Amino acid sequence: MDQTPDIAAARLSDDVLARNFADAHPPLTANQAVIEAERCYFCHDAPCIEACPTGIDIPSFIHKIASGNLRGSARTILESNILGGSCARVCPTEILCEQKCVRNTQDARPIQIGALQRHATDWQMAHGGQPFARAAATGRRIAIVGAGPAGLSCAHRLAMHGHDVDVYDARPRAGGLNEYGVAAYKLADDFAQREIDFLLGIGGIVLHPDHRLGREITVPALRDSHDAVVLALGHAGVRSPGLAGQDLAGVASAVDFIAALRASPTKDDVPVGRRVVVIGGGNTAVDAAVQARRLGADEVTMVYRRGADHMSATPVEQEWAQTNGVTIRRWAAPTHILGADGSVTGVGFAQGAPGADGRPVYDGLPFTIAADMVLLAVGQVFVADPLDGSGVSVAGGRILVDGAGRTSVPGVYAGGDCTPGPDLTVSAVRDGRDIAEQIHADLMSISFSQKA
Amino acid sequence: MADLRTILAGIRSPNPFWLASAPPTDKEYNVRRAFQAGWGGVVWKTLGEDPPVVNVSSRYGAVSYNGTRMAGLNNIELISDRPLATNLAEIRSVKRDYPDRAVVVSLMVPCQEESWKAILPLVEDTGADGIELNFGCPHGMSERNMGSAVGQVPEYVEMVTRWCKQYTRMPVIVKLTPNITNILAPARAARRGGADAVSLINTIQSIVGVDLDAMAPMPVVGGQGTHGGYCGPAVKPIALRMLGDVARDPEMAGLPISGIGGISSWRDAAEFLAMGATGLQVCTAAMHYGFKIVEDMIDGLSNWMDEKGYAALDDLRGQALPRYVHWNQLNLKFRTIASIDQDACIKCGLCHIACEDTSHQAIAKIRSGDERRYEVIDEECVGCNLCAHVCPVDDCITMMPQPVDGVQTWAEHPNNPTRGQMADAG
Repeated sequence: MDQTPDIAAARLSDDVLARNFADAHPPLTANQAVIEAERCYFCHDAPCIEACPTGIDIPSFIHKIASGNLRGSARTILESNILGGSCARVCPTEILCEQKCVRNTQDARPIQIGALQRHATDWQMAHGGQPFARAAATGRRIAIVGAGPAGLSCAHRLAMHGHDVDVYDARPRAGGLNEYGVAAYKLADDFAQREIDFLLGIGGIVLHPDHRLGREITVPALRDSHDAVVLALGHAGVRSPGLAGQDLAGVASAVDFIAALRASPTKDDVPVGRRVVVIGGGNTAVDAAVQARRLGADEVTMVYRRGADHMSATPVEQEWAQTNGVTIRRWAAPTHILGADGSVTGVGFAQGAPGADGRPVYDGLPFTIAADMVLLAVGQVFVADPLDGSGVSVAGGRILVDGAGRTSVPGVYAGGDCTPGPDLTVSAVRDGRDIAEQIHADLMSISFSQKA
Repeated sequence: MADLRTILAGIRSPNPFWLASAPPTDKEYNVRRAFQAGWGGVVWKTLGEDPPVVNVSSRYGAVSYNGTRMAGLNNIELISDRPLATNLAEIRSVKRDYPDRAVVVSLMVPCQEESWKAILPLVEDTGADGIELNFGCPHGMSERNMGSAVGQVPEYVEMVTRWCKQYTRMPVIVKLTPNITNILAPARAARRGGADAVSLINTIQSIVGVDLDAMAPMPVVGGQGTHGGYCGPAVKPIALRMLGDVARDPEMAGLPISGIGGISSWRDAAEFLAMGATGLQVCTAAMHYGFKIVEDMIDGLSNWMDEKGYAALDDLRGQALPRYVHWNQLNLKFRTIASIDQDACIKCGLCHIACEDTSHQAIAKIRSGDERRYEVIDEECVGCNLCAHVCPVDDCITMMPQPVDGVQTWAEHPNNPTRGQMADAG
C-alpha cells in the first residue's frame, strides 16, 4: 500500500473544474417554463402549498408564469419566501411540494415546482430589483444574530415593517449555510451573495460580519441596545464520531471541505484525496462526496450505518451521488481509522444488517476501505456555549421557544436550525419571517398600550 | 373494414375526407401531395376572374389555449391569386392522374349572369367533378359584393345557383356562410335555385386577437389589421349546430350536405356524419399537421364503424338527428347527478371550487388531517356536468342518470304561463 498520503489540489484542469462546478441543474428556458406551467391544474386547496414550509401560493405563481406575468409570479413567491431563489435551488422538493403534487397520482410526473420557482425569481432578480417597499420608519431597532436563511428572512420582513435591523454573523460573509454549507453547483455563479444583495435592497438592514456571539456581542448587551433580539444561530458545531485515528492527517470535517470549496472561486486550490471515504448519510455527506468526485478523486465511497430509507439524504440525492460515481455502502459502522506516519490510510468498518426489530446488528465480517482522505459528515449540532449566562433556556440541544418563537428571555426570539424542528433552509426562512411578524406585533402592541 | 366510399351529389370519392377550398388546395403541387397522402377529394381554392386578386403578407392569426396551438385559426387571405388559366391547366392535369378522387372547383365571380356563364364552361372543360359556389368568404371579397355579401342575401343565392345550373351540367354545391342569423334562409334558397348539395360552414367573421404592442388587430399587416374568417377546432360546435338545423329541416330533406368546420379527427368526422353530413371537408387540421393526418381519420373512422356495426357511411348518416330536438321537447323530469370515483380522484379540488364558487354548492370538501375527500351532495346536485368537465382525470366524475318518472316537457309544465296554448313545439 502506498504510504504517502495522496492529497492534492488541481487534479483536473481549470476548464474541467469550471464545468464540474457549474450549475448542476440549468434553468428552464422561457418556453420550457410555459409548457411546464401549463401542466399545472391550478388546484383548489392545493396540497403543494401545505407541503411548503413557507406556504407559497404555488398554483398562483405557476399560473402567472403561464400567463406571462413573471413580475406577479415572483412577487407571489417572494412575499411568502424572500429567499425563494435559493430555496428553488436547494429545497428537497421531492419530499416537499413536488411530492404532494396531484399529478403524481395521475401520471407519476409532478409539476417541476422548484424549477418554475427559479424561473420566476431569476426573472425578478434580472429585471425587477427589490419588489417590496419599506413601511414608514418605526424607530425600533432589532438585533439578529446569525446571517443565515432564518436571520436574513427575519431581517427583510422587519425592514419591510419599517424597523431598523442589525444582523451580526461570526463569519466574514453573510448567508450561513447558503454561503458555506451547500454544494457549489447547487448555488452556482455566486447566487447566494447576489440573492443577499437583492434582499438587502429593501434598505434598513446593516450587516455586521465577524461578530461572534459570546465574544464581540452578547445577548444581554444586544438586549440593552435593541428593542428585540433574534437568535438565528444555526448549527455551529459538527458531531464527532469519536473514532480512534480521527486526528490523523487527511481526516477532515465534510462541512469544512464544503466551505473551502464555496470560498474558492476556481476550486483548483482545494485539495482532495485520490481515494476518499465519506462517513455519513445526509445531504452534507452527499455534497461532500459528489464534490470530491468532481474535484478529481478516483474513488469516493459514502458509508452509512443503516439502510437507504434511514438516510436523511433523499432518494433523489442518493441517486445524484451514484450518478456522479459515488459508491454508497450501507449497513456498515466505522470502527477505527487506520494510519501510517501520521496520515490516514483507510477506515475499518463492522458489517451490519437489519436485525429482527429493524435496528442494525453489526455482526458481519469487518472490512477496510483504503483511503487517503476521510470526510466526516455524521451531523451538525447547535452550540449553546455562547448563550451561557444569558438566561436563554436550552433543552434537547436546541433553544427552547414557544409557538411564536419567544425564548425564555423576554424580547429575545429564536428560530431556524438552533430551535427544534426540521433542519431545512425553507423551514428556517419560515421561522425568520414568522418571528419578524411576531416581533412587529409585539412591539407595536406595546407602543399602542403605552400611548393609551 | 367499413365501406367509406362516398357519393355526394353524384360525385364519387374513396372516402368522405375532402380538403376544403383553402390554401392547401391552391396549387397542383399541394393537391398531388394530398392525394398521395390519401385524401378522398379536394375543393380547389376559389377561382375568380382575371386579373387575379392580390393577397397581403401576413395572413393568419391563431388562438392558442393553454398550450394548445391553433385551437382557432383566422385568415385574411382572399381567393386564388394565380391566373385563371394556370389553375385550370393544373386542375385538368391532376384530375387526369387521379380519376378516382373528387376534384371540385370553388368559384367566385361578380354577381352578374355573364360572369358565371363565361367561367363555367372553362371549368367544365377541365374534367372537374363539380363546382362549389363560394358564398361565404367573409372578408375582402364581400366588400366587392361577392362571397358572403351574396351568401347573406337568399335571393342572390337562389339567383346565382340557378344561373349555374343553367350553364353547366356539373353538380353544383352551394357553400353557406355562417355569418347570418338563420342558416335555413340561404340553405332553402340554394335548394330553390336547384343546388345539388350544400356545404357548411364557411369561416366566421372574426378578430382573432389584438397585438398589444402594435395596438392593432392580428394578424398585423404593416401596422394595421382587419377582420378575417375564423375556423379550426373552436368553430366545430357552431358548425355542428348549423349542420343539424339544415339536416333536420323538412324543406331540405334529401339534399346532401358536405360538413365543414373544425373537423380534426375521425371522431369529429363521425359526429358530423351522425348529424347528417354526407361528405366532409377539412382544412385547419391539415394546415396544422400536414396531409398525413388523413390516415388516422380514415383508419379511425373505419375501425370505429366496425366496432359499432356500421357497414357503410349511409348507415351512419343522420343517426343523431332524430334526437336533435328543440329545448322545449326535453323531458324536465329527467335527472342526472354527479358521482366521483374516489379511487381515481387525485384531490385537485377543481370540482369543488367550480361548484362552490360558480354553481350549486353540491360538492363537499372533507378534510381529515392531510387527507382530502370531495363528495357530491346528491340533494343539491342539479346534474349540470360542470364538475365532470373541469375534472382533469378521465372518467373520474360520471353523471349518473336517475330513474325517470314519466315525461313532462315545458309545454306541460305548470310553470309555463302559455301551457295548453303551445300547439307546436317547433
